Amino acid sequence: MQIKVLKDIMAANSATAEANQARLDANSILGINIMASPGSGKTTFILGTIDSLGQDTCIGVIEGDLASSVDAEKVAQKNAPVVQINTGGGCHLDANQISAGLDNLPLDSLDVVLIENVGNLVCPSEFKLGEHKRVVILSVPEGDDKPYKYPGMFATADIIVISKIDIMPYFDFDLQKFKNAVAGLNPGVRIFPLSVRTGEGFSDWTDWLKSQIPQRGM
Amino acid sequence: MHEMAVTQSLLDIVLKEAQQAGAKKVDAVNLVVGELAGLVDDSIQFYFDFMTKDTIVEGAKLNFRRVPALMKCRACAEEFSPAPDEWVCPKCSQWQAEVIAGKEFYIDSIEVDDADKGT
Repeated sequence: MQIKVLKDIMAANSATAEANQARLDANSILGINIMASPGSGKTTFILGTIDSLGQDTCIGVIEGDLASSVDAEKVAQKNAPVVQINTGGGCHLDANQISAGLDNLPLDSLDVVLIENVGNLVCPSEFKLGEHKRVVILSVPEGDDKPYKYPGMFATADIIVISKIDIMPYFDFDLQKFKNAVAGLNPGVRIFPLSVRTGEGFSDWTDWLKSQIPQRGM
Repeated sequence: MHEMAVTQSLLDIVLKEAQQAGAKKVDAVNLVVGELAGLVDDSIQFYFDFMTKDTIVEGAKLNFRRVPALMKCRACAEEFSPAPDEWVCPKCSQWQAEVIAGKEFYIDSIEVDDADKGT
């Protein structure tokens, strides 16, 4: 006997992701999923964001890594609430892990939850977490041709950050070529070239982030 | 790369559907997998064989129907099947493709042994 199923295998994850988003919405929290290769500067970017917004905006962080808590410790030093999730070899975060992460954050006092996904330009793009916006970071040393190699990741981003632009003079990074590639894949996507180290371009990102935070009690 | 997690989800659905149908044994699972879904058949099969041990799905045949990637060029509206991850339009050479098909990943149907059903 044949039984028609026609079920999306990712449906369970998507349902949990929707529940996560509802939870964030109920607390007027903006959820941001940050995806990038290992070494692109995700943690530094998060620390810089906390430093810039820390005074009037409360940021919680969910740190995803295969192993260790080194990133969470750095975030904790900024006095930001942080949860470390070790995937134990898993190549991405999934919605269940975020649900558990949210359980361990003080949601009633947060404005933003930054989720640092596992460093990988493939799998994280396939799993919804409940985020409101997807940010993809590409660092200058990785090269301007990454969108051609990992189109799926760049096609689903809401924001693309080009990090480490302070070392642009030492690399053959063609910003226009990069912008053209991204514009083809994802028309209208916002691109923020910046350096956390020098601060160049960083306020464009934080201004945008602030503009996205829902007002409490609205 | 994430086949282990998705194979577990797949198996959860299969077990639930088989149970609802009162089946004692699942003979086959018919999957539809898009070329751009980022999933490797052999890898799903590997985890499937492992995870189904001691369940009513053990030994079931996993059938894959692959859906080729289909793109539409935003510049000239040409529809084309790209080489893997080559999103360039063959007609106008622009890199402005939009995915129309190839991201699918679902269970079309399962085949179960219904010998005991209704008894």
